[in-house]
Amino acid sequence: MVAVAAPRQLPRKPLIFAGIVLAWLVLWLVFRNVGTLALGAADLTPLHRWVNDVNDAVGASRNSNPVFLYFFNEIRLVIDEFVTFIQALIAQPSFGRPVPVIGWLGVVAIAGFVSLAVAGWRVALLAVAGFVFLGLQGLWQESMDTLSLTLAAVVISLLIGIPLGIWAGLSDRAHRILTPVLDFMQTMPTFVYLAPLTLFFLIGPASATIATLIYAAPPAIRITAHAIRTVPRTTVEASESLGATQKQTLVKVLLPSARKTIVLGINQTIMAALSMVTIAALIDAPGLGKTVVKALQTLDVGTAFNAGLAIVVLAIVLDRVTTAAASERRTLPRWALFGGLGVTGVCVYLSYTYLWAAEFQSDVEIGSAIRKGATAVTEWAQDSLPVITDGFKDFVTIVLINPLQALLAESPWFLVALVIVALSFMIGGVRPAIVSAVCIAALIATGLWQDSMITLASTLVATILVMLLGIVVGVWMGRSRRADRFIRPILDAAQVMPAFVYLVPFLALFSASRFTAIIAAVVFAAPVAIKIIADGIRAVSPATVEASTALGSSSWQTIVKVQLPMARGALTLAANQGLIYVLSMVVVGGLVGAGALGYDVVAGFSQGQLYGKGLAAGVAIVVLGVMLDRLTQAAAKRWTN
Amino acid sequence: MARHSVLGAVLVGALALAGCGGAKVGDTSSGATGDCGTFNLAINPWVGYEANAAVLAYVAEKELKCKVTKKELKEEVAWQGFGTGEVDAVVENWGHDDLRKKYIDEQKTAVSAGSTGVKGQIGWYVPPWLAKEHPDILDWNNLNKYADQFKTSESGDKGQLLDGDPSFVTNDEALVKNLNLNYKVVYGGSETALIQAFRQAEKDKKWVIGYFYSPQWLLNEIKLEKVKLPEYKAGCDADAEKIACDYPDYDLDKLVSKKFADANGPAYQLVKNFKWTNEDQNTVAKYIAEDKMKPEDAAKKWADANADKVKAWLPKA
Repeated sequence: MVAVAAPRQLPRKPLIFAGIVLAWLVLWLVFRNVGTLALGAADLTPLHRWVNDVNDAVGASRNSNPVFLYFFNEIRLVIDEFVTFIQALIAQPSFGRPVPVIGWLGVVAIAGFVSLAVAGWRVALLAVAGFVFLGLQGLWQESMDTLSLTLAAVVISLLIGIPLGIWAGLSDRAHRILTPVLDFMQTMPTFVYLAPLTLFFLIGPASATIATLIYAAPPAIRITAHAIRTVPRTTVEASESLGATQKQTLVKVLLPSARKTIVLGINQTIMAALSMVTIAALIDAPGLGKTVVKALQTLDVGTAFNAGLAIVVLAIVLDRVTTAAASERRTLPRWALFGGLGVTGVCVYLSYTYLWAAEFQSDVEIGSAIRKGATAVTEWAQDSLPVITDGFKDFVTIVLINPLQALLAESPWFLVALVIVALSFMIGGVRPAIVSAVCIAALIATGLWQDSMITLASTLVATILVMLLGIVVGVWMGRSRRADRFIRPILDAAQVMPAFVYLVPFLALFSASRFTAIIAAVVFAAPVAIKIIADGIRAVSPATVEASTALGSSSWQTIVKVQLPMARGALTLAANQGLIYVLSMVVVGGLVGAGALGYDVVAGFSQGQLYGKGLAAGVAIVVLGVMLDRLTQAAAKRWTN
Repeated sequence: MARHSVLGAVLVGALALAGCGGAKVGDTSSGATGDCGTFNLAINPWVGYEANAAVLAYVAEKELKCKVTKKELKEEVAWQGFGTGEVDAVVENWGHDDLRKKYIDEQKTAVSAGSTGVKGQIGWYVPPWLAKEHPDILDWNNLNKYADQFKTSESGDKGQLLDGDPSFVTNDEALVKNLNLNYKVVYGGSETALIQAFRQAEKDKKWVIGYFYSPQWLLNEIKLEKVKLPEYKAGCDADAEKIACDYPDYDLDKLVSKKFADANGPAYQLVKNFKWTNEDQNTVAKYIAEDKMKPEDAAKKWADANADKVKAWLPKA
């Protein structure tokens, strides 16, 4: 039906789109700067004040409220104990000893052995090299603190996440309820709940762990649910027809078939947890994040980069181990198993007993070389590049950012609302139109309509840049294994290197501006888009590509006519994920001149009287995220069918 | 069999290694003891604060034998900690009347512990080269004359006034409006953004005017010049929307938790007695920020050179 109807509709659609945009432009000229619902930086709405009052009331009742005494305190105690225990094992002096129970040699041995058991020789070597590298950087203890906190957050995330994921995988209703909650958890900026968390769970490991797991648990839940849902119906039916109970089906059929995908969920959870390291440091989370934050007080890029690199190394090791564990199941030969166990045991014993194996001390130290190198590179870039980068910034600002922002933020709110709802209807029909209308109402309710529009403009520009990069680099990687092998680690690094590290040189190159914020978002979001597109291009059947080449198509023709159209599923997914990742950098953008919602959140975290406004800004970011997500999904459905 | 002998060799080798020794864990013992107990010191994220805290921590550990736990926190989170018992002292506070009202007057979890002796100033600053070439820029009356020079991609057809550290109250939007300045406030959003802007401005002779404050370690490196705004008079900042005067001078002070003050232990006495000067703080801040010394080393260096000052802070036995 659709296929028959489509050709008749197609030529009309672009016309209507163009008509809507044209009408918008004309009305913009007429109504410019009317009804923009602007709110000054220090101004508050009654809603913002009310949130402040609630926040104060909660804080004041902390010591008398039974919910605190018997609920939050208990949770805090358990999590605190758990984290402190892991820290005692590998990171902090404990049990009356001046060093942790297991010293560096023991940790390296355990890391190597576990990797060997689940991921094979190569990965084990990588793990050992990676961990020793941390020590050589002069950051052993900090790294182990970070690892402890990450492990604790990941374990708790999985304890909660996998059962919830299974539930959402089995029940449509649970899935419907959980999805918006997870959206909320993943897009609500951490800055918004960081300060209240310390009210509920005090300053210490518990708050840091909980901040981390709010962000890190959703991938585990989503991917587990997805894994359960994609087990072929026939397999489940076969099991049921053989008389298996629900429980048996779950344990014997669903979980084993979904295992690989679930491990990928664990992988995503670990990465998400590591990306929270620097932000958690703002509430005294121990580890590498503190080093980064502290170094930045004096703009010491070298030290910050060294610590950031340690986070990257940890991330790459953990990523490769879990990815390899997901891709195939392996069993070690007996001798290797027992030999490995033996060696590990000896190493652990040595590191328990002897100082040289407990504390990482080495004559070879590469930390200061890395620091100096990073500082030199930064200084060179800051001295010689601004001539070019400044012009580039001004160009993009004038050509892209300013016009789009003028259109969105200087139109009356009802005009923008009308246009968005109309476009949503054109793209996806009634349902997306309703979703957009509700989201717009919510944005207005936050009192931050104009700020939301300014942020939306920057978000759209960033997403366009992300997609351009994604297509260019993604196609390149998808077509060349060699390029893939070379580029992928760089992408991994860009994703987990704390943004704070590269913000300093970016500020020098592009000044404090919206463009700097956009570039920071692109650095973070492009890797995801690139990876998705590369995988999509590679998944296009080689036979099709060969056929195209055989017919005399040039590389360019093959890419444009065959590979990209066939990978459009990946393209839409990349756009969707790109948008979400860009939105998650809005707050970081607020630190470098983006203003609008990002700045509102940052200021709300820093100043008590702006707390309510910061929270409202956080909600506005979530709402923007939900709206754009649903719209891109609707568009994707349309386009791929 | 071969495999077993490999295994055996590995084990024997490892054990031999173990036997060959090295210092054992626990061979040397150390540990502070004293009646001071644990002293939970908040560390707010700027270098001047760090300088105060480093010296206090050093003296508390060395002279009073306290066990000092440093907690790195943003201001508001640190103040919350007074109530939850996780923070004993905040040792450099910039005004924050809202927090005072909430935690001292309403929740009664915090009390003031007096001045640090350091004077804080907030205002509009320009890089030294600009002040030298156009000395009249240091008077706000002439700012409109130069507005065109301060234009950026963010400020459109007006001059850019770079604001930015979200931790402090800013009246700049009201000031620009009420002084009829042809400027637009652009929110840099972090201290990093401000410092980077001023550094580049001085190096490349660029036009930058922005919100800044002293004492700040950057001023040791670049002597930013303060622009004169209409003089501050008590009460001229009462109505936030009508402000048309300079920022007041801040007497940077110390705050402690009520419990900590009531217990009146040696660490509290130290915090209460602690008082030094802008110059002292700048010295320690320079050790930390520019000479890249660890805070504890910087504190030791200063304390060793200023033994008499340190002595005056110690509790009278």
